[in-house]
Amino acid sequence: MTEPKKLRVATCSLAGCFGCHMSLLDIDEKLFDLLKVVEFDRSPITDIKTCGPCDIGIVEGGVCNAENVHVLKEFRKNCKVLVAMGACAITGGIPALRNNVDLWDCFQEVYHYGIGLENGQIPNDPELPLPFDKVHPINEVVRIDYFLPGCPPSADAIWQFLTDLAAGREPKLDYEMLHYD
Amino acid sequence: MTEHNVCDLPGIVARWNNDPANMVQILRDVQESCGTIPSDTLDQLAKLLGVPRVRIEATASFYHFFHAESHGAYEILFSDNIIDHMAGKEELKRYLCERLWLEPRKLSEDGLVYVDDTADIGLADQAPSMLVNGYAVPALDHSRLDLIAELIRNRKPLADWPPMLFEIPDNIRQAGPLTGEAFTPGAALLATIARGTDATLAELEAANLRGRGGAGFKTATKWASCRKAEGEAQEHAGPSQVLPGPLGGEPSVARFSGGAHYVVCNADEGEPGTFKDRVLLNSHADLVFEGMTVCARVIGAKQGLVYLRGEYRNLLEKLKSVLARRREKGLLGKSILGEQGFDFDIEIHLGAGAYICGEESALIESLEGKPGKPRNRPPFPDRCGYRNQPTVVNNVETFACAARIAERGSAVFTALGTPQSTGSKLISVSGDCQRPGIYEVPFGVTVRQILIECGAEDAHAVQVSGPSGTCISFREFDRIIAFEDLPTAGAFMVFSRERDMFEVARNFTHFFAHESCGFCTPCRVGTSLLRNTMDKLAAGKGSAYDMNEMKNIMHILLDMAHCGLGHTAANPVVQTMEKFPDAYEKRLMKLDFEPAFDLDGALSTARLITGRDDEWAHLAND
Amino acid sequence: MVILTMDKTFILDGKTIPFEEGETIMEAASAAGVYIPHLCHHPEFKPHGSCKLCTVSIGGRLGASCTNKAAAGMVVESETEALNADRRALTQMLFVEGNHICPSCEKSGNCQLQAVAYHLDMLTPHFTHFYPARDIDASHPDVLLERNRCILCELCVRASRDVDGKNVFGIGGRGIKSRLIVNSASGRLADTNLSVTDRAVEVCPTGAILRKRHGFTVPIGRRLYDHHDIAEVPVAGMKEPRSS
Ligand SMILES: Cc1cc2nc3c(=O)[nH]c(=O)nc-3n(C[C@H](O)[C@H](O)[C@H](O)COP(=O)(O)O)c2cc1C
Ligand code: SF4
Ligand code: SF4
Ligand code: SF4
Ligand code: FES
Repeated sequence: MTEPKKLRVATCSLAGCFGCHMSLLDIDEKLFDLLKVVEFDRSPITDIKTCGPCDIGIVEGGVCNAENVHVLKEFRKNCKVLVAMGACAITGGIPALRNNVDLWDCFQEVYHYGIGLENGQIPNDPELPLPFDKVHPINEVVRIDYFLPGCPPSADAIWQFLTDLAAGREPKLDYEMLHYD
Repeated sequence: MTEHNVCDLPGIVARWNNDPANMVQILRDVQESCGTIPSDTLDQLAKLLGVPRVRIEATASFYHFFHAESHGAYEILFSDNIIDHMAGKEELKRYLCERLWLEPRKLSEDGLVYVDDTADIGLADQAPSMLVNGYAVPALDHSRLDLIAELIRNRKPLADWPPMLFEIPDNIRQAGPLTGEAFTPGAALLATIARGTDATLAELEAANLRGRGGAGFKTATKWASCRKAEGEAQEHAGPSQVLPGPLGGEPSVARFSGGAHYVVCNADEGEPGTFKDRVLLNSHADLVFEGMTVCARVIGAKQGLVYLRGEYRNLLEKLKSVLARRREKGLLGKSILGEQGFDFDIEIHLGAGAYICGEESALIESLEGKPGKPRNRPPFPDRCGYRNQPTVVNNVETFACAARIAERGSAVFTALGTPQSTGSKLISVSGDCQRPGIYEVPFGVTVRQILIECGAEDAHAVQVSGPSGTCISFREFDRIIAFEDLPTAGAFMVFSRERDMFEVARNFTHFFAHESCGFCTPCRVGTSLLRNTMDKLAAGKGSAYDMNEMKNIMHILLDMAHCGLGHTAANPVVQTMEKFPDAYEKRLMKLDFEPAFDLDGALSTARLITGRDDEWAHLAND
Repeated sequence: MVILTMDKTFILDGKTIPFEEGETIMEAASAAGVYIPHLCHHPEFKPHGSCKLCTVSIGGRLGASCTNKAAAGMVVESETEALNADRRALTQMLFVEGNHICPSCEKSGNCQLQAVAYHLDMLTPHFTHFYPARDIDASHPDVLLERNRCILCELCVRASRDVDGKNVFGIGGRGIKSRLIVNSASGRLADTNLSVTDRAVEVCPTGAILRKRHGFTVPIGRRLYDHHDIAEVPVAGMKEPRSS
């Protein structure tokens, strides 16, 4: 009997806090079971920097700047199934708290009036990703196939979700696994 | 400098009987005399009338024509129907703004003028048009705008402007029993008194008169049910029995100025492209008032109200003088035509820029001084209407028909039309045709016949009954105007081959989003989502995904909306999508998915702040 | 056991539901222990009918169960896939219309909007966010007004008017620009006569009206909806199920 082909999975964190990835690692010993059916492509876990063709892409974090868009589009292009993981990817989350603040005021606060700043200057380095007026959930930039809410989603929820997906089932979260915080 | 006077608040309040139910009228008078409704006025009104400020503020902030900030001495509002756009409205608006050195939606630097848009003002046959301090000016062109700019720069008070600017012809192109035949005031009342109320109701029933406001409800049934409903009962019941406004809303003000039943004439005519009630009121007001009085006789009402849309402010004095004349002739007031106990009078209330107030229960809320939000039904107004009393609400044209039926009997009436749709119908024709105006046609005419009459050789589509009605394509021109096929409140907007039906639908989505009252979730949010999606398509950033989304939103509106506005708000999009798919397909960027917002545009603020314009400071929108 | 006569019952999703004269479908259903999703309904207040979540099919016609009266022999459907899909869409509309950032909200876990969304299996707000600019009013010593989370259900309006007798709240504006307003010239909550013990403060189903210094006092895991679907958690004031 031949081993079934492993699912190739890529993950990334955009405007998020890596909390969702921490929760992913929280799957603990079950990660080994998971690794029997999946292998990781680009991910903070593997440190692979570009995304190759994958079965599943998992995105943490919303879109707050131009670079986020490039990464997100790369994922969409390469992943058959794209998953928004966590509150930030799904609603903008905590970073979206800045949406009620004018971008100019944000810059002022960070580069001019921030504590300990003297003669602060707004940088114009092309290396720095340019921020959007507002932070957006990722489904406003590319088509998303699945949503896995939570801040972060619990390890159990991620486990449930991924095993469902790997088994070709429509993922379904139990009541206690579905939460927005 | 301004024409606006210091506001005599106690005077205004006294003029409206110190009755908070007249809040919309009180606020209108404040707005008209001061040019604004300042915040401290709300406090003064709260004190004078003994109602919480928050309720007055709710009303004051609901209506488009009320505002707390100054719009200067001249407030100019351009009618924003697609018909106005087709007649060059945008270019003319820019022209006027340039002449006056100002930007739309911003008070001019000298504090003199303010220019903005408003929903269709009932002059589609004389588009483009506008309101100046609430008074309609039709048929705009460069020379008229030159004159207006001149008058404004010279700070000429509106009263001194040349009257020809405000002249509004009726444009009756095809006359009929309502618009073309002489009527002797009192004739219908005499016949009613002679015949008796039961027989009058029977006559109405035999005539099969159906409401002309769009829905086509049988008028005799409505009147009979209202007559049967017990009036004043609620007045005597304990306070817990007093029905709230919209079920659960603010309680209606329980004070009675007359009998227990009311007759209300719906002259809100807000449906873009409709202007037939304007013409009836301008030239045949006696017929309308007489129909109301016949109704009063039948249902036993002592008080009638006309809810005249604010856009028809210019008709107010004329209508008041018709009422005065009728009082002099004993056709209104105490013991009408000498009949003991036949007491009835009519008061005119003005709207303040809210299409939803054409919906009968929202209209009643507005008459009671509240924001125009539709009530929960049942109960319907025939049982629980104005001040929670049995109330007949009918369209202007319905009352005019009722007067004719009372006067001449049902047989004359049913001689025109089809068995299900008897009588004549006033059609307001506008758009791409040689002879826009009023056509009084027998029910049952085909769309094609009207198109021929009005000289619309190149017609490609017709929007029947306005944005909330039906869009029909050239393939369907043999359909008939009748309740059984194409029911209509009267609008008939013609679009030629050159017109972009997508832009027509987009204009209508803006209308609905602007006019949604905001009471229920599906319409409050859904109409804005629709508008935004249509704007996205217009910007060339639409996809098949967006088309599908709009269809889904339509289902939610149809299933879940609280009133007719929400139910029909997606119609223009869905119908044009179906009948003119090319208009949409040529706008779809990619067939799959496009971002919800303009990626590169959303970086522009940051580019400005950082001064960057490098490659990485841009995003291709694919 | 009460013998129910046919003329005082209707059918809801195949179940026979008794009702008393004048009761709405919602009232009769909750008295029978049957949950119909709702947000603007509260048993202690007059029906309002604005959120539309409680829409049911009444003999094939759709209508809000909180405002439509029960009638003998009615056949009502509520738990259908189509209606729940519509309800989910309405809930999503409420999320994108405001600014709901649950992870930073004091009401999270005890919020009815959130709980209804869980009940309806809402995984994403789906629609494009409006991200409206709405203000927070922290002027009152004991009560915080967070307009970003207001769903315009008017429960506070009704409670303040009908129970507290104060008229502190109202809805201003229209359409998508509708907003919660308060009864003061300054527009500030501190300048109204609201007191922290008012019913209006307690009744808000979301995190829009909050008692200050009470945020996050209940730990995660012990909040109202942490383990229980809103369908199983009785709302304060809801009638005890009528025993049959
Ligand atoms: C959003 C909306 C707007 C309406 N506008 C008008 C209007 O401007 N004039 C009118 O007569 N009826 C209007 N109606 C219909 C009225 O609710 C009501 O049916 C009508 O006034 C009844 O009169 P009728 O039976 O004589 O037609 C509107 C309905 C809706 C839902
Ligand atoms: S459907 Fe629209 S206009 Fe009608 S009640 Fe709802 S929000 Fe108001
Ligand atoms: S009010 Fe409810 S839904 Fe809104 S942010 Fe707070 S917890 Fe979330
Ligand atoms: S503040 Fe709360 S109770 Fe009041 S309308 Fe908003 S959501 Fe409803
Ligand atoms: S609960 Fe019935 S409409 Fe809100």
